[in-house]
Amino acid sequence: MSDYRNTTGRIFDIQRYSIHDGVGIRTIVFLKGCALRCRWCCNPESQSFDIQTMTINGKSKVYGKDVTVEEVMEVVKRDMPYYKRSNGGLTLSGGESLLQPEFARDLLHAAKDLGIGTALESMGFAKYETIETILPYLDTYLMDIKHMDPRKHEQWTGKENTLMIENAMKIAKSGMTNLVIRVPVIPGFNDSVEEILAIARYADSLPGVNKIHLLPYHRYGEGKYAGLGRDYLMGEVPSPTDEYMEKLKAAVVRETALTCQIGG
Amino acid sequence: MVRVYDGTKIAKSDRIKKLVDHLYAKMPEIEAARAELLTESFKETENEPMVIRKAKSFYHILDKLPIVIRPLELIVGSTTIAPRGCQTYPEFSYDWLEAEFETVEHRSADPFYISDDTKKRLKAANAYWAGRTTSELATSYMTPETLRAMKHNFFTPGNYFYNGVGHITVQYWKVLEIGLEGYKEEVSRELASCNVGDANYAKKSRLLQAMLISCDAIIRYAERYSELANEMAAKESNPSRKAELLQIAKNCHNVPRKGAKTFYEACQSFWFIQQVMQIESSGHSISPGRFDQYMYPYYENCRKNGMTREFAQELIDCIWVKLNDLNKCRDAASAEGFAGYSLFQNLIVGGQDEMGMDATNDLSFMCITASEHVFLPMPSLSIRVWNGSSKELLLRAAELTRTGIGLPAYYNDEAIIPAMCARGIPYQEALNYNIIGCVEPQVPGKTDGWHDAAFFNMCRPLEMVFTNGIDLGEVASIQTGDLDSFTTFEDFFEAYKKQMEYNIELMVNADNAIDQAHAERCPLALQSMLMDDCIKRGLSVQEGGATYNFTGPQGFGIANVADSLYTVRELVFNQKKITLKELAQALKMNFGQGFDATSAKEIATQVSAQVAAQGQEVTPEMVAAIIKGVLEYKVPEGDAKRYKEIMDMIDDIPKYGNDNDDVDALAREAAYTYTRPLPKYKNPRGGIFQAGLYPVSANVPLGAQTGATPDGRLAHTPVADGVGPTSGRDLNGPTAVCNSVAKLDHAIASNGTLFNMKMSPSAMSGEQGLEDFVAMMRGFFDQKAFHMQFNVVDRETLLDAQAHPEKYAGLVVRVAGYSALFTTLSKSLQDDIIKRTEQAKFR
Repeated sequence: MSDYRNTTGRIFDIQRYSIHDGVGIRTIVFLKGCALRCRWCCNPESQSFDIQTMTINGKSKVYGKDVTVEEVMEVVKRDMPYYKRSNGGLTLSGGESLLQPEFARDLLHAAKDLGIGTALESMGFAKYETIETILPYLDTYLMDIKHMDPRKHEQWTGKENTLMIENAMKIAKSGMTNLVIRVPVIPGFNDSVEEILAIARYADSLPGVNKIHLLPYHRYGEGKYAGLGRDYLMGEVPSPTDEYMEKLKAAVVRETALTCQIGG
Repeated sequence: MVRVYDGTKIAKSDRIKKLVDHLYAKMPEIEAARAELLTESFKETENEPMVIRKAKSFYHILDKLPIVIRPLELIVGSTTIAPRGCQTYPEFSYDWLEAEFETVEHRSADPFYISDDTKKRLKAANAYWAGRTTSELATSYMTPETLRAMKHNFFTPGNYFYNGVGHITVQYWKVLEIGLEGYKEEVSRELASCNVGDANYAKKSRLLQAMLISCDAIIRYAERYSELANEMAAKESNPSRKAELLQIAKNCHNVPRKGAKTFYEACQSFWFIQQVMQIESSGHSISPGRFDQYMYPYYENCRKNGMTREFAQELIDCIWVKLNDLNKCRDAASAEGFAGYSLFQNLIVGGQDEMGMDATNDLSFMCITASEHVFLPMPSLSIRVWNGSSKELLLRAAELTRTGIGLPAYYNDEAIIPAMCARGIPYQEALNYNIIGCVEPQVPGKTDGWHDAAFFNMCRPLEMVFTNGIDLGEVASIQTGDLDSFTTFEDFFEAYKKQMEYNIELMVNADNAIDQAHAERCPLALQSMLMDDCIKRGLSVQEGGATYNFTGPQGFGIANVADSLYTVRELVFNQKKITLKELAQALKMNFGQGFDATSAKEIATQVSAQVAAQGQEVTPEMVAAIIKGVLEYKVPEGDAKRYKEIMDMIDDIPKYGNDNDDVDALAREAAYTYTRPLPKYKNPRGGIFQAGLYPVSANVPLGAQTGATPDGRLAHTPVADGVGPTSGRDLNGPTAVCNSVAKLDHAIASNGTLFNMKMSPSAMSGEQGLEDFVAMMRGFFDQKAFHMQFNVVDRETLLDAQAHPEKYAGLVVRVAGYSALFTTLSKSLQDDIIKRTEQAKFR
């Protein structure tokens, strides 16, 4: 067994048969730990790197487990027949996978060794040198850009966006992966036509990028906050309506050369 | 050679909606005409050979049965005057219907209206059949142990015990080609070649004569329709309908007497054969098979001569409506097991031809479109999938799946063909397989598969291991030893295998007894004529005249047995957390969850038997007191706590359906306890037994006769459905379930395995949703799985349909090997369908 299969990392979930995060039928491995604290985050259990206990429906459950690449792949490879038929594969999500760069790289490497397609959901919060080590094993980079304004970005997520915006350009220029830009559409934060268009125009300027996904805000994560003993900062804000999402999509299609889809 | 096909959609004509509305305007009704005519004829033919008596009665029925052409029909031929009505078949059994005369209209599964006049007429006709039915003869052939095992619900051979066999695909294509006159010539030639001195002359000559009578019967029947159409045309004022009626008159005069000249004639000819087969006998699952293949030459030819695709589509749609016009009244218990008025007429498209090339053609697509247009349970539309399947066809099929109708079912050529070859079918013939009823593969026109021969409840022998063969206070099975005598898991498993083998042999005895009775009392000349190789052999299908003969009884409850064995192995023998005796006590006490009325009755029977054994009298008051005591019984607190602990431990260990190799391996072994012993047994027709693994919908009523099981299943709740996991036990999503199921040995279960999966429509939305759906099915099939079918409806819809049945009269769901109208199902079966886990979860 190669050494990289013994690399250890911390995950909080593995979800099989995911059909909405990347092409085809996929298995998503959720890595624990995030640098941002987005107010709307639907996976609050992903944020802290620490192993946590969350209470859902009266039952407490531990989130966070240290596992080797080999152990994760035992699960991932079980669905190979479905990846093969659907062009699906492994997707790493988080948290921010790049906070465990060796583990993320080695997972992707192991998948590639088995002929499994790879994708990464990440906002690119790491030095580009770190990202560069991952790219050789990555088919599709699903990159979040949440806002173009560094101040507003910091207000809502706890961090400025400068590093991530720069990384997007570097990744695009590397030509090593299929880069797709994803935008969570969050009411009160970035949901005006102008704000979405600002992101779309930037995405359009990235060499080789021709796809953008608009992901409408949803409240699936609300119950988890209570389970962690935290307040849900979004309150009662409703999801954007289908009509409104269509309006944003129309604006993107009109103003850029990108193909735009609603949802992942 | 690559076939070119046109798969574009065709709009639905106005006619189809009107035909469907007419069909469903009223509750279906039982009619008496067939039973009366049958009996009249039989009274006239005492002492003639049975096959002749049957043929003459068939002629008499078709000569006199009231006929009707329904408004706007293009394809004609109705077995009853009432839409979706049914005739009765007292030659097989009739007691149950008379016993249910007053309840059949109000029962929860498949109610039928029956008028007082019909009751009177049926009673009069039925009287003749006392002592003459197949069911009575079959009973007399069974051993006492077999009857006892049936009484104790180890298995039920109810299907053929009380009804005709059906479950066959005849040579429709040959009727289309040469017509019944062509058949008559062939039969006459064979008859002429027989020598009166031949050893089999008596049997063979009478069978052949009976075939000739049967041909004349159908020709006469079609001619009556021709005359009726002419009469109606004469009175019709609407010129376009008048023209249609005149065309119908012409068609019925020509076919099935002669070979079909046009696609329209081929459709009418097909229909008459499909219909009269179900007048000859009450057997269900008379399956049209590869309709897209044998109809294609007529379609292609007419297309060249200017027939529009729209007209062809309308004719196919009309046949689909007619397939729903046929109906059958079963006894109340069987109606639960086959719920949904289903006749399981399986029609399959796609797959490969006999050269191993993709067989997809225009009609493959049009059959899918017809199911979309008509949107009714019949036919049980199926798709053959192979490595070279047309992706366009699979995506089109997925679109139909997405509507939630539960159609089509998907079958895997790559698993089924080798499984058939392993049973001695030549490869080229296996390439041409079709499906009978739910999931049973066979060679069309050549196989008498006896596919639904019995339901075998694999949980019951497990209960006998715990009780050492005692059930309801009496010996019900062999004794495999006290629980103390099992020192290892292997000891325990060995005892289970012995219980299985013992009861399997009794089931074989029951099936062969029934088989023998059908051969003696119900040889079917028409069916035999339409099957190779009855003419040449001079034997009816019932006597072993078909080229290939099998008996295929189905086992079910694999998930429960697998999870139960795993409980015993892990918690009792490996971890030693509970003893076998403790587990036995927990099962007996239903895990402390209280007793239902069934349990109370069972316990009362048990106690009464003990009292009687001591020489004391058992009074009704005593029984009532015991029942009351049981129902009011409260488990002592200490015991209740322990039962809860045991239940929690069971809940915490892995279950089948989660892609856990350890449990799944045990599931494979569990299935072998049923599939492996069977092929060593032979049937009276010269074939072997082959196992199926599917319960149709009998997992609900037969579960209601099964006590608590070590997988944590409470007494009398449904047993797991098909080869899938227990409802609610699969936690890792659809691919994990698929992988668990694929790990079973499907090839050895060559009578078919059934895998039901429920999908949320949102998992299939958009073009990508269809692609992913097809990919999942293909990924499953790549692992040598056999069959897959889907219910695509959300839970809320079903709950609402339960609360407001009036809003959902047309809601079709996949029950088992077939689809049915949800609101016609019993409450418990509805609940079971709702409970089957919705597979796709979203974050």
